[in-house]
Amino acid sequence: MEQLNKTLERFGGVNLLPVAVALVAFVLIGAPSSWVTLTVAGLAMGMMIFLMASGLSLVFGLMDVLNFGHSAFVSFGAFVAASVLGWLAGWLGSDSVFLNAAAILLAFTAAILFGLIAGWFFETVVIKPVYNDHLRQILITMGALIVSEQIILAVWGGTPMSVPRPQFLEGSVLIGDVANEVYRLFAFVLGLIVYLALYVTLNRTRIGLLVRAGVENREMVEALGFRIDRLFIGVFMAGSALAAMGGAMWAGYETLITPALGAEMMIVVFIVVIIGGLGSVEGTLLGAIMVGLVANYVGFLAPKLALASNMLLMMAILLWRPNGLRPAVK
Amino acid sequence: MSLLSLKTMQTQIGQYAVLHDVTMDVPQGGVFVLLGRNGAGKTTTLRSIMGLWKPSPGSVTFRGQDITGLHTADIARLGIAFVPENMGIFGGLTVEENLILATAKGTFDPDRLQRVYRLFPALETFWTKQAWSLSGGQKQMLSVARAIIEPRELILIDEPTKGLAPSIIDAMAEAFREIAEHATILLVEQNFEFAKSLGRDMAVIDDGRIVHRGTMADFVVDKALQDRLLSLSA
Ligand SMILES: Nc1ncnc2c1ncn2[C@@H]1O[C@H](COP(=O)(O)OP(=O)(O)OP(=O)(O)O)[C@@H](O)[C@H]1O
Ligand SMILES: [Mg+2]
Repeated sequence: MEQLNKTLERFGGVNLLPVAVALVAFVLIGAPSSWVTLTVAGLAMGMMIFLMASGLSLVFGLMDVLNFGHSAFVSFGAFVAASVLGWLAGWLGSDSVFLNAAAILLAFTAAILFGLIAGWFFETVVIKPVYNDHLRQILITMGALIVSEQIILAVWGGTPMSVPRPQFLEGSVLIGDVANEVYRLFAFVLGLIVYLALYVTLNRTRIGLLVRAGVENREMVEALGFRIDRLFIGVFMAGSALAAMGGAMWAGYETLITPALGAEMMIVVFIVVIIGGLGSVEGTLLGAIMVGLVANYVGFLAPKLALASNMLLMMAILLWRPNGLRPAVK
Repeated sequence: MSLLSLKTMQTQIGQYAVLHDVTMDVPQGGVFVLLGRNGAGKTTTLRSIMGLWKPSPGSVTFRGQDITGLHTADIARLGIAFVPENMGIFGGLTVEENLILATAKGTFDPDRLQRVYRLFPALETFWTKQAWSLSGGQKQMLSVARAIIEPRELILIDEPTKGLAPSIIDAMAEAFREIAEHATILLVEQNFEFAKSLGRDMAVIDDGRIVHRGTMADFVVDKALQDRLLSLSA
């Protein structure tokens, strides 16, 4: 057993978990083409959820702040992007890939900018007064989530909003002889690029070093002469912008969004962060991919269990690893 | 003029008054030892100097400047380093990353780096290893190295010999002697043999009050005083 553990560790340890899940699903599903479609969908979903959750994990790791309002940024990102796409409907329908790309780029930029500004506002007004007080953090950030949902209702109305997609992301491409939605591949690749950028920032830059050290031991970073509180607002804003970007991608993925999106995503995002281990970006990615894959496989194999699949996954993982798959060293 | 001066410092943690009256002067240069029984308030004193607890009332003066209530980071930038009781190592970072983080600009001064290598050769050997995998003694060396990689005038060190093997303790004493030629060390210690060999001036804290100040030479010969201030049965 010890030996087996060591060998597994050398080949990637818990990182192999999504592979193991995919293999089991392959056997259970039987039909390779369905399996490929579900796997691609799961990876795409996982990547979008990763964007939504990564900021939450860092924010908790760095300042011990529990932000139940985090998914408000997801929701706002989705609606802002949907509005921009709506205004640019002419560009979306055009045959010019350039206009298509410009439209989606503008929509995502708007969502990200909104996330940055809203993140700054949220940190200053809502979070700062309740540092070091978990109970009040939970109450006030949950309140903020409700308020943000009401704002969305007031601005965008209660009816579900349909989200137009650019022409070049419509339809499917063949992988082997299996048709896969282009948008899913797009979401997966874009998510992967953002993850790599985040990874490089955290592991190859001075700011990243400060963040990683701060997640482990905030006091000690301060005793070395660095203001974690000033760093924190930057991390909070970046995390909010990533969540908004995740929301914007999700809007294009679902093509129909409602103001309840934030509250729905809140649960998923917390599950991902808990599964992955708080404070670790690699853990969050792993957790998000697991949730994405399992949701798709279970949705196909046992649709009745689909709603409970996240919860079951979380319970199974916490029984095995109570601190999550890859928690930051504390 | 003394380098650090604490005046009727009182510190409350939550609703507990931990320090009642800490008044002492740490002169420039050498090793100043702060002794005291378990729970006397030694760690709390160091944390209060560092601004990790906010002392009030009372004052902390460093090089003539009142630093009471300043942010911990600003206190560090003024030239005070902290080697905490639990060493405060970043386990997920490599030895190199732990040290580079402690530099103000993010680059090493080659001379200071050579000095660290000379004082603690093990750190060079395990340069690229993640710090959680170091031994207790090596972690302690890393923690001390972090405190001297930038020029700092005052280094607060909390029980550095706790749980270390005698041979490592000797190496540590050697390093402290060298460090104290360039900076002032405020050393909290329970290991009296170790403290005795290093300290010039000293103070004893008990129940949140400084109860004795003097030179180490005088204290070492006064067995009765030692028994009264440090023995377990008070
Ligand atoms: N975070 C805290 N909350 C409440 N009380 C505390 C806290 N930290 C310390 N104390 C109390 O303050 C008193 C002094 O503690 P401190 O850690 O300063 O002692 P010490 O002299 O460093 O002891 P030791 O030799 O065991 O390290 C103790 O009675 C302790 O119980
Ligand atoms: Mg102590």
